[in-house]
Amino acid sequence: MWEIIRTATPEIVWAGLKYTIPIAVISFAIGLVIAAITALVRTSTPRGNQVVKGLWYLGRAVFTFYVWLFRSTPLLVQLFIVFFGLPNLGIQFDAWTAGIITFSLNTGAYASETIRGAISSLPTSQWEAAYSLGMTYHQVLFLVIFPQALRVALPPLSNSFIGLVKDTSLASSITILEMFMVSQQIASHNYQPLLMYSIVAAVYAVFCTILTILQHALEKRMSRYVVAEGE
Amino acid sequence: MIKLTHVDKQYKEHHALADVSVEFPEHQTTVILGPSGAGKSTLLRAINLLERPQQGQMTIGDLTVDFAHPLSNKEVLAVRRKTAMVFQSWNLFPHLTILKNITAGPIHVLKQDPAIAEKRALALLEQVGLAETAHRYPGQLSGGQQQRISICRALAMDPYYILFDEPTSALDPELEAQVLRVLQDLAKRQNSMIVVTHNMEFARRVADQIVFVEDGRVEFAGTSAAFFNRPTERIAAFLDAMKF
Ligand SMILES: Nc1ncnc2c1ncn2[C@@H]1O[C@H](COP(=O)(O)OP(=O)(O)OP(=O)(O)O)[C@@H](O)[C@H]1O
Ligand SMILES: [Mg+2]
Repeated sequence: MWEIIRTATPEIVWAGLKYTIPIAVISFAIGLVIAAITALVRTSTPRGNQVVKGLWYLGRAVFTFYVWLFRSTPLLVQLFIVFFGLPNLGIQFDAWTAGIITFSLNTGAYASETIRGAISSLPTSQWEAAYSLGMTYHQVLFLVIFPQALRVALPPLSNSFIGLVKDTSLASSITILEMFMVSQQIASHNYQPLLMYSIVAAVYAVFCTILTILQHALEKRMSRYVVAEGE
Repeated sequence: MIKLTHVDKQYKEHHALADVSVEFPEHQTTVILGPSGAGKSTLLRAINLLERPQQGQMTIGDLTVDFAHPLSNKEVLAVRRKTAMVFQSWNLFPHLTILKNITAGPIHVLKQDPAIAEKRALALLEQVGLAETAHRYPGQLSGGQQQRISICRALAMDPYYILFDEPTSALDPELEAQVLRVLQDLAKRQNSMIVVTHNMEFARRVADQIVFVEDGRVEFAGTSAAFFNRPTERIAAFLDAMKF
């Protein structure tokens, strides 16, 4: 049995490093950008003439629909539609691209709600203080709002990221050779499903534990300006 | 000079500024007085465009904006670069050190060299007796200290006018005195300032001009001496009500 563990584990870990982690990291990064844009469109109010306002409301409706759609349907179904379904409309992606697109959009939909909440939790006086210095909208966002919102959003975003790492196992269903798929294949050869799935579970757990440790370090760093309660 | 002409600001239900025409002379301190809900904050916030009146014009130095039309981004930034605001609850940026709170505007808005901006910030902190706080965070300081730092943040922008909205209302009397001394010092140096306050002692001693606002209207604008001479019955009643 040790022999099986010794040969199978590196194969599974390698699949994790080659597919699981890259898919999760890339999708999460893209998802965060989508989430930030979605959150901003859904929190800000337009200024300007009727045409600008009309376009803005239209854009906002599109983003609202997107968030609703991805939060109300299962991730597995979304993967199937993008990879197996869209080719019927002549839109074809390789498995990697289909996976990244689906995971990014799915993460973006959830994270946008997190970021929206974090931004609205900041007092409007922070916006006003920054604007009163003559900052542009982008300067206010990147110098004042995002750094504070990120601190608030970090724990729920970390949750989403850890969730995403585990959800990448669904990519096996669209032919991506990630960790879970590899463990399945090995199990079908050596007839040791319990052992193989236990190994892959342990590897997921190790990955997620490392992420949790990183999360705590990051939280500590980002909270260094917060005065402890009762101080 | 800042000059407002026929400025009108209507919230959904409330007429906060009604046909306000008033001037704020350069190198002078104007104190805005008036009962709660009179429209003092709205007036001040209209000047740096945190509120947008629907009617009227404002001239600020060489710049005139017409509130009847939506203002362009460029106009808004130009007005804001001529003014700096000190808020009742100071509103420092909690995630930045004191030094960075002060240099953020100069570096990112005025495009100053960071080293120069820092030097200036330290000199300003020195002036208000808070040089040693430069590398701490706002949350570690008292309200009075934070307010003096927010005044440094405003001064670092070299504003044409400094606007103060009840800068001491959230402070204990002892801390209030520290902050008022800083304001008095600025007034002595001929800064152009507009100060909303309920502190009558400050108004009496420091104001060059007093503007009295009630129900969104400017009921009086004139010298401090004229104001405290109780020119109208309403002002006399206000002055009496401020006593106890
Ligand atoms: N955002 C808003 N929406 C609706 N009404 C508002 C808003 N801001 C202020 N008002 C109303 O406008 C009026 C003037 O408000 P403003 O804050 O300018 O008064 P103020 O003179 O500064 O009062 P205080 O001394 O209490 O600070 C008040 O009646 C207030 O309720
Ligand atoms: Mg007020």
